[in-house]
Amino acid sequence: MSRILEETDRLKALGWCGERVARDPVNQPMINNWVEAMGDTHPAYREGLAPPAMVQVWTMRGLHPAPQPDDPLHAMSAVLDEAGFTSVVATNCEQTYHRALKVGELLTVRSRLSDVVGPKKTSLGVGWFVTTESTWFSGEEPVATMLFRILKYQPRPQAAAASPITPVVSRDTAFFWEGTAAGQLRIQRCEACGRLRHPPGPMCPACGATSMGFVVSEGAGTVYSYVVHHHPPVPGKRLPFVVALVELPEGVRVLGEFLGESVEIGRPVRCTFVRVGGFHLPAWEAAA
Amino acid sequence: MSAAIVGIGATEFSKDSGRSELQLAAEAVRAALADAGLSPSDVDGLVTFAMDANAEIAVAREVGIPSLTFFSRIAYGGGAACATVQQAAMAVATGAAEVVVCYRALNERSGHRFGQVSVAAATAPTSSGVDNGWHYPMGLGTPAATVAMAARRYMHEFGATSADFGRVAVADRRHAATNPNAWFYGRPITLDDHQASRWIAEPLRLLDCCQESDGAVAIVVTSLERARDLAQRPAVVRAAAQGSGPDQYVMTSYYRDDLTGLPEMGVVGRQLWRQAGMGPSDVDVAVLYDHFTPYVLMQLEELGFCERGAAKDFIADGAIELGGRLPVNPHGGQLGEAYIHGMNGIAEAVRQVRGTAVNQVAGAAHVLVTAGTGVPTSGLILAPG
Repeated sequence: MSRILEETDRLKALGWCGERVARDPVNQPMINNWVEAMGDTHPAYREGLAPPAMVQVWTMRGLHPAPQPDDPLHAMSAVLDEAGFTSVVATNCEQTYHRALKVGELLTVRSRLSDVVGPKKTSLGVGWFVTTESTWFSGEEPVATMLFRILKYQPRPQAAAASPITPVVSRDTAFFWEGTAAGQLRIQRCEACGRLRHPPGPMCPACGATSMGFVVSEGAGTVYSYVVHHHPPVPGKRLPFVVALVELPEGVRVLGEFLGESVEIGRPVRCTFVRVGGFHLPAWEAAA
Repeated sequence: MSAAIVGIGATEFSKDSGRSELQLAAEAVRAALADAGLSPSDVDGLVTFAMDANAEIAVAREVGIPSLTFFSRIAYGGGAACATVQQAAMAVATGAAEVVVCYRALNERSGHRFGQVSVAAATAPTSSGVDNGWHYPMGLGTPAATVAMAARRYMHEFGATSADFGRVAVADRRHAATNPNAWFYGRPITLDDHQASRWIAEPLRLLDCCQESDGAVAIVVTSLERARDLAQRPAVVRAAAQGSGPDQYVMTSYYRDDLTGLPEMGVVGRQLWRQAGMGPSDVDVAVLYDHFTPYVLMQLEELGFCERGAAKDFIADGAIELGGRLPVNPHGGQLGEAYIHGMNGIAEAVRQVRGTAVNQVAGAAHVLVTAGTGVPTSGLILAPG
C-alpha cells in the first residue's frame, strides 16, 4: 500500500506527460464511419465538420500500440497490477468540448494523473480509483478535455458458479422431457380411462391402468399462484425472478418460470420453453 | 395410549455450536435421561428423523447404551417430529422396547442450511428426486419459496395479508423475548418491524421465516406404569398420529384441487381428537409448527380452531399470544426460540404439562403439538399424568 501511495505522489508530481500525435488528421472517411455507427444524420458532419464526441477517436493508438512509458494511466495501472489489483473497470468519463473540429486538423493529446483513491470496498472487490485528465490540442489551442476514472480492483474469489439444476428423469416421465425438447407440452393421458394427469406417474390413480399415453396441450392457461423469489441465490437464475403455477384448460397445473414483466393470479399466459443444461423446461410468458 | 414422556433434554440453541452433530445428539440424550432419572443402560430404543445425520448406533455408542431392541426413523423432514414420539409409544405399547429416546441434532446454521437450494434433493435418483424435477429446475427450490406459492393463493382466496402473517411472528417473538433459552430472548418485534423486513420469497418476508439454528433435543418415552416411578411428573401421550393427504408431495402439493389447506394436518387432527376423546375447544396450549407463518394460520383452520379462511380474524385480537384464547408457542416457537425441526416444541409441551415452563399457561391440561407443515406430518396431545 505504501508503494501505491509513493508511486501516486511520484506520478502526480510528473504532471503532464509528453504529447501523443494523432495517427491521421481529422478526415471525412473516419467521420463517415462514425456517424453511420452512431446513427447521427446531422448534415454538417457530411461536409467537413467532425462530431465533437469523436475527439478520442483521433488519438486512438490502433490495434498494436507502441508502448508509451510516461503515460500516467499505464504507469499507475502497472503499479496496481503488481500490488494484486489486477482487474479493471471504467467508472467515469467526462468530456468537455471547446469547439467542433474540421477535416484536416492534426490533434495531439497529453495526460496527467489527477488522483488515486483507495483502498475502497466495492461490490466488485477491494480496489483503487485512478483518475486521469487529458487535453487535446489543435496546434497550441486546447480543443477538448476529459476526466477519466477507472477502478483497479482485486477480484473477489467467486463461488464456483453453480450449475443449473436439471430434472431427474425416470421411465415414467421421459415422454414429458422428450416432448419439451420437441416444443410440445405433453400431458399424460391414461389409455384405459382417459384421465389427464400432471405431474405424470406410472399408474393411473383413477383406474389402476399402467398403459400411459399423452395429449399435447395448447399451452395456454392462467396463473393460479406465483412466487417472486428474492433470496437466496438459485443456481442459474438472476434475482429476483418469478415462478408461476399455471392452470391449464385440460384440468392440470404446470409450474414454470414466468418470463414476463408483471404477474398476477388469473393472468392468461402461454407456454414457452427455456433451455437449461440440455433440457427444455416449460416456462410461461404473458399471453398477447 | 399408555405411554408417557418422562424426560426432556437439550443443548443450548445457537448459530454455531462449535461441535459435531453427533456430540450434540449425545449431549441431548444424556440430558434427557438425567431429567428422567434414568441411565443409558435403561434405554433399549432410539428413534430419529430420516434426515438426522447421526445413526442410532453412533448415538448408542457415545451415550453408552449397551444394546437396542428397537430403532426407527421417520421421513419427510420436520413432519417427523411428533411421529418419533408416536413410534416410541407404539414400541412401548407392543413391548418392542421399554425406554425409547427420540432425538434430533443438527448444525443447521453453521453446517448444512435448509434455507438454501438443496441440489442433493433435486438430483436424488428416487421418486422424490423425480418429484423435485417439476419444481427445482424451474427455480422453486427453497422451503420459503415452496410455502410462498401456497401463501399467495391463500391470500387471494381469503383476503389475508402480509400483516396477518406478521401477527404470528409478533406472537412468537413476544414469547421468545421472555424465554432465556430462546435465541431471540429479550428481542421482541412489532408488526411494523415485520412489515419493514425484506422479501425472501414474496409474499414471505424475512420475519415470516423461522431461524436457522444449531442444537439438539431429546425426548424420553416409556410406559405410563414405569413413568409413575420416575423423577418427573409424566406427560401422558393422550394421542399421537401421522398423516399424509391426497396427491401428497413434499412441500409442493400443488396439484390438489385446493392449495389453501393442509389436508395432511387434517388427517392428523381427526385422529388426535378421536384418540383423546376431545376437540379443539379442549386445548389449553398449542405448539404449532412454525417454520413459516402462513402455515400457522392454515393449521388453525385445518385443526378446527376456526373456519376455513377465518384464521386471520381468529388471531387479530391476540388470541394466540399469552393470555389469549389459545396461547400458541409459549416458548417462542421456531421463529423465536430455535429451529430444532419441531423437537423443541415437544419439549415445551412437556414443560407446559409439568407446569414448569418459563411462560407457563396456568392449568395446561391438554397441550397440542404439531410437526412440519407442507409435508407428511404428525401430531401429539399431551396431558399431565
